[in-house]
Amino acid sequence: MAEEPKPAKAPVVMATVAWDGAIPELLREHLGGSVLDTLLYLDQPFAVLTLAAMLPALDLLHAEADFDYLVDITAVDYPKREPRFELIYIVYSHSRNERVRLKAQLPVDQNPLSAVPIFLGANWLEREVFDMFGIEFAGHPDLRRILMPEEWSGFPLRKDYGITQMDNRWVRNNLGIESGQ
Amino acid sequence: MTSIDSNELVLNMGPQHPSTHGVLRIVLKLDGERVKSTECVIGYLHRGVEKIAENRTYVQFAPYVDRMDYLAAVSNGLGYCLAVEKLMAAVAPPRAQAVRVILTELNRIASHLLWLGTHALDIGAITPLFYTLREREEVLKIFENYCGARLTTHAFRIGGLQYELYEGFEQQVNTFCDQFPGKIDEYEELLSGNRIWRERLRGVGVIDAATCKRYGVTGPMLRAAGVPWDLRKAQPYSGYEQYEFDVPTRTGGDTLDRYFVRLDEMRQSVRIVRQAVAKIPTGPIMAKIAKVIKPPVGEAYVSIEAPKGELGYFIVSDGTTHPYRLRVRPPSFVNLQALPHMAKGALVADVVAIIGTIDIVLGEVDR
Repeated sequence: MAEEPKPAKAPVVMATVAWDGAIPELLREHLGGSVLDTLLYLDQPFAVLTLAAMLPALDLLHAEADFDYLVDITAVDYPKREPRFELIYIVYSHSRNERVRLKAQLPVDQNPLSAVPIFLGANWLEREVFDMFGIEFAGHPDLRRILMPEEWSGFPLRKDYGITQMDNRWVRNNLGIESGQ
Repeated sequence: MTSIDSNELVLNMGPQHPSTHGVLRIVLKLDGERVKSTECVIGYLHRGVEKIAENRTYVQFAPYVDRMDYLAAVSNGLGYCLAVEKLMAAVAPPRAQAVRVILTELNRIASHLLWLGTHALDIGAITPLFYTLREREEVLKIFENYCGARLTTHAFRIGGLQYELYEGFEQQVNTFCDQFPGKIDEYEELLSGNRIWRERLRGVGVIDAATCKRYGVTGPMLRAAGVPWDLRKAQPYSGYEQYEFDVPTRTGGDTLDRYFVRLDEMRQSVRIVRQAVAKIPTGPIMAKIAKVIKPPVGEAYVSIEAPKGELGYFIVSDGTTHPYRLRVRPPSFVNLQALPHMAKGALVADVVAIIGTIDIVLGEVDR
């Protein structure tokens, strides 16, 4: 290996390259301007969509491109950004052996549509996102907390939720102690 | 409020019930002995692993992943190391990769052995547990000799390995590989041909391939339904493409088929370990990476074939020493979601068998 030059100052944005091919074309053809970007980072493809286009995109990939397996749904909280959340869906196609991420920005006061009608497995994944971030999925059949106690207040994976923070009232009422520490 | 059906009995199973393999609580709605519906109540073991990750450095967080699926700590560690290495565009040296494969496959055997013993115990066969724990002990001894820990091993480091192999490693592993297939035959003698075992499990908890995919079910459950999908083959990592092995499948998708798939997987793991141990490359065990781990701004999703299915890590880096967001995609959590489907119309006693056959670890379900 050649002598490595001194590493340049790390870039502050993701060093992505454009992602072209059948899937981006399919998305663009059906969803047009709702597809904001199709990019590759570390050879992993992802598409940035508008929030409204997310469900149609999942449906499209499922129906037209055989993406039959919803791997994961998750979110990232950027409290200083507007819109605040980024919603991430990972889908996989068994026949193509391809994995694609779909991302959309989500303002704090908007509710994304539930993906349960397309993928049954979205049920618990969306419940967890609701539990941890307070993102409510419209049309979800059973949107309740899943890991935290049902009466808990606060959404632990939001960035403004402290690492030792807890619902003191819940802890007092249910555990009979002043603090969980 | 819906009106109360006088024919319906609501039964709480767990969280303190031995057959739920930890702290799973299941609310069963019964019509006599038949299950009308089930609802899983989880979260009793929730520790907030993903929140902890945001408050630890990449190196500090590594031991935490062992405590999710504590029966497959080595697999968890491998997935995590691969994910961080991906973000840093680093690759572990060949020697480290081979050792990783050996230990991960041994861990798959250990995980399946504990599953087999406890699953048989749930069904009512007490003896296999003693045998499977005996063989699992041999694997745990190898772990202990290698890294000092048996369960929460923290065997790997980001970029490679911390420890060189100990003297006699190859021999100990080879001895295990020589003896173990015979032991699997012993289990088969105890169980596979046993009429009670077969009739107890045949046709229980059936889930077909299409339903598996709709739920996102992976691992042995998917393969027992006839889908030969294994990430080690589909998207090889850590040098799995060098080894010859088959992906065992069955077509029935019931509890008995899942038993056969897992037995076959143990045999295949032995095959992989043999090949890997025969040609461990020489060379360094650590890639040249910075002392302070600071992946560039970006995100990556990396997944491996853990004993229970697809285990994925999605990490968002903001260029600092701490992950900005770390998401774990646990196989147990997703697979457990199919329980109500599998248990519908079954008998209460079958629910125990079905929980066992999904092979959940609550540390991973709840994280």
